[in-house]
Amino acid sequence: MGDDDARRFDVQRVYVPEEQTRLGRWLAYMRDNPLFTIGVMLLSIFLGLAVIGPYFVGDPLRTDIAAMYSPPSTEHWFGTDEYGRDIFARSVHAARLDLSIGIVIALVAMIIGSAVGVVSGYFGGRVDEMVMRLTDILLAFPGFVLALIIVAALDESILNVVIAVAAAYVPYFIRLTRAQALVEREKEYADAARLAGNGPFRTAFRHVMPNSLRPALVSATLVTGWAVLTVAGLAFLSVGIQPPRAEWGVMVGEGAGDIITGEWWTSLFPGGMIVLAVMAFHFIGDDLTGTNT
Amino acid sequence: MRNYLLRRIATSLLTILGIAVVVFFIVRVLPGDAAAVRAGPYANQELIDRIADKYGLNDPLHIQFFDYIGGVAQGDLGISIRTNQGVTEELLDRLPASLELAVYSVLLATAVGVSLGILAAHRQHTWTDRLARVFAVVGSAMALFWLGLLVTFFFAFRWGWFPGPVDRLAVGSEDPRTFTGFYTIDGILSGRLDITLEAFHYLALPVFTLAFVLAAPILKMVRSAMIETLESDFVRTANAIGVPQRQILFVDGFRNALIPVTTTIGIVFGFMLGGNILVEFIFSWPGIGRYAFDAITTRDLEALQGFVVFVGIMYVFLNMAIDIAYAVIDPRIRLGKGLVK
Repeated sequence: MGDDDARRFDVQRVYVPEEQTRLGRWLAYMRDNPLFTIGVMLLSIFLGLAVIGPYFVGDPLRTDIAAMYSPPSTEHWFGTDEYGRDIFARSVHAARLDLSIGIVIALVAMIIGSAVGVVSGYFGGRVDEMVMRLTDILLAFPGFVLALIIVAALDESILNVVIAVAAAYVPYFIRLTRAQALVEREKEYADAARLAGNGPFRTAFRHVMPNSLRPALVSATLVTGWAVLTVAGLAFLSVGIQPPRAEWGVMVGEGAGDIITGEWWTSLFPGGMIVLAVMAFHFIGDDLTGTNT
Repeated sequence: MRNYLLRRIATSLLTILGIAVVVFFIVRVLPGDAAAVRAGPYANQELIDRIADKYGLNDPLHIQFFDYIGGVAQGDLGISIRTNQGVTEELLDRLPASLELAVYSVLLATAVGVSLGILAAHRQHTWTDRLARVFAVVGSAMALFWLGLLVTFFFAFRWGWFPGPVDRLAVGSEDPRTFTGFYTIDGILSGRLDITLEAFHYLALPVFTLAFVLAAPILKMVRSAMIETLESDFVRTANAIGVPQRQILFVDGFRNALIPVTTTIGIVFGFMLGGNILVEFIFSWPGIGRYAFDAITTRDLEALQGFVVFVGIMYVFLNMAIDIAYAVIDPRIRLGKGLVK
C-alpha cells in the first residue's frame, strides 16, 4: 500500500506544471519566436520615437541656408535637405504623423468593417447578398488606386487621406468578420443568448460580435503597415499630404531628384524609416495571423 | 461547363457595371465641386463654368449618370482634359508597355517566390526558413518608390551597370516594328536582336523593383500551402513507400499547392496594376501608370477616373480567366460550390 501511495505522489510531482508568471510566459514566447521579438522591438522603438521623439529634436520646418545639403554628420545625423532642414528632425516628426495616421486608418476601417461584417454574416439573406456584391466591386480595385481616386475627388487634406485609405480597407475587414460571424452564430452560446430572450441586434452585437472580432483584430496589425505604405506612396505622388509637412513619403518625394546629383541621404533615411516601421507591423502581424507556423 | 461559363461571365459584367457606378459616385457625388476640381487650383470662374458645361456637370445627376454608364458600356472612358484625346485610346496605346513590365515582373516574382517558398517549407523551422520569412516581410514592407530610387542610385548612377530611368529604350533608339507591343518580342520578330537586348537592359531595374515586392506574397502562400501538403497523409504514404524526396517535393507536393498559388499570382497581378503608378513614374516608363501619374499632377480627373475604371475592368477579367482556368482543371469547382462561391 505504502508503495502505491509513494508512486502517486511521484506522478503528481512530475506533472504539476511549474508556476509561470505572465512575464515569464511572454519572455518564453519571445525566445521561441525571434521574428516576433524583432517586430516588438522595432515597434517599441518607433512608438517611442513617435511619442516622445518630437520633444527632443528641432523644428522640422526650420531652414538653414548655410547648411544646405550637408551630408550626415554628428550635428545632423541624417544630413540636411535643399533648404538646410534637418532630415533627422523631420523623420522623427514624420514618425508621429505616419504612425498615428496608420493606426487611425486601421482602427476606423476595422470598426466600420467589422460592424458591417457582423450584420452581414449574422443576418444573412438579402442584406448579406448586397454587402457581398459591394465588397466584390470594391475589392476589384487595388487599394492604392481606390484611395487615390477618392483623395483626388475630395480635397487634399489629412482627414481626407484617412477617409480614403480607410475606405479602401473596409471591404477587407467586412470579409474577415463576416466569415467569422457565420461560424459564431451557429454556436451554442448564440442559441443560448437568443433563448434567453435577447433580440437579434443585441445577440448580434453583444454576443456574436465580440467573438467574431479575432481575425479582424489580428489583421489590423498588417493593415496598419499597409496603410502607412499607402499613405506614404500617395504623398510621394503628392496626393494627399503635401510638402512642406514632415511626412516620410513627402520627404522621399522631395529627395527623389537629389539622387541623381548624389545627395542620397535626403531620400534614403525617410524611406528606410517607412520600410522599418512597416516591417515592425508585419513581423508581429505575420506571427499573430499564423502565417509563420 | 457552359452554364458555369455563362454564370461567371454574367457576374463579371455585373461587377464591371458596379465599378463604373462606384467610380461615378466617388468623382461626381462626393462633396467637392466637380468642375472646380477639374479646372485646377488656378482656374477662374469662367474656366470652371466652361468645364462644367463641356462635361455636362450642370445636368441633373441621373442624366450625367446614364451618359457616363452608357459611355463605359461602349468602351468610352471620356475625354482627357489635359490632352483632349479619348481616354480609352490613350490607355490602350500605353497598355503594351505596362503589360510587358507586368509580365516580366510577375514571372520573376513567381520564380523567386515559388522556389524560396518550397525551400522554406522543406526546411521548416531552420535558419533557411527564417531567412526566407525575413525576405518575405522585407518584401511586403518595402516601399516601391523608395526601392526604385535605391536601385536607380546604385545600379544606374553609382555603378552604371544598367541605364538610367529614361524610357523603354535609349534616347534616339528607334522603336521596333509593332507586332505584339512587347519590345523584347518585337525585336526578335523584326530581326533586330540588338533592340531585344536593349529592351531587356531597360526593363531590368523596374522589373527587379516590382519583383522584389511581388515575390513576398507568393513566397508566403507557397510556403504555407506546401507545409500543409507535406503534412498530409498521401505525402506520409509516399515517404513510407520510398518515393524520392525530390519527387515528393516538386511533383506531388507542389501540384497540390498550385491552386492557392495561382490565386495569389492573380492578386499580385492586381496589386501590380496599382503599384505600377509609382514604378512607372520613377523609371519614366511610358505605360498606363505613368499616364495616371500625369493625370494626377495636372488634376485631369477625367483621365484618372478612366484609368481607375480601366484597371478595375482588367482585374475583373483577370479573375474571371483564373476562375475559368480552375474550373477546367478541377471538376469539383465547376460542379460544386468550391472556390467559386
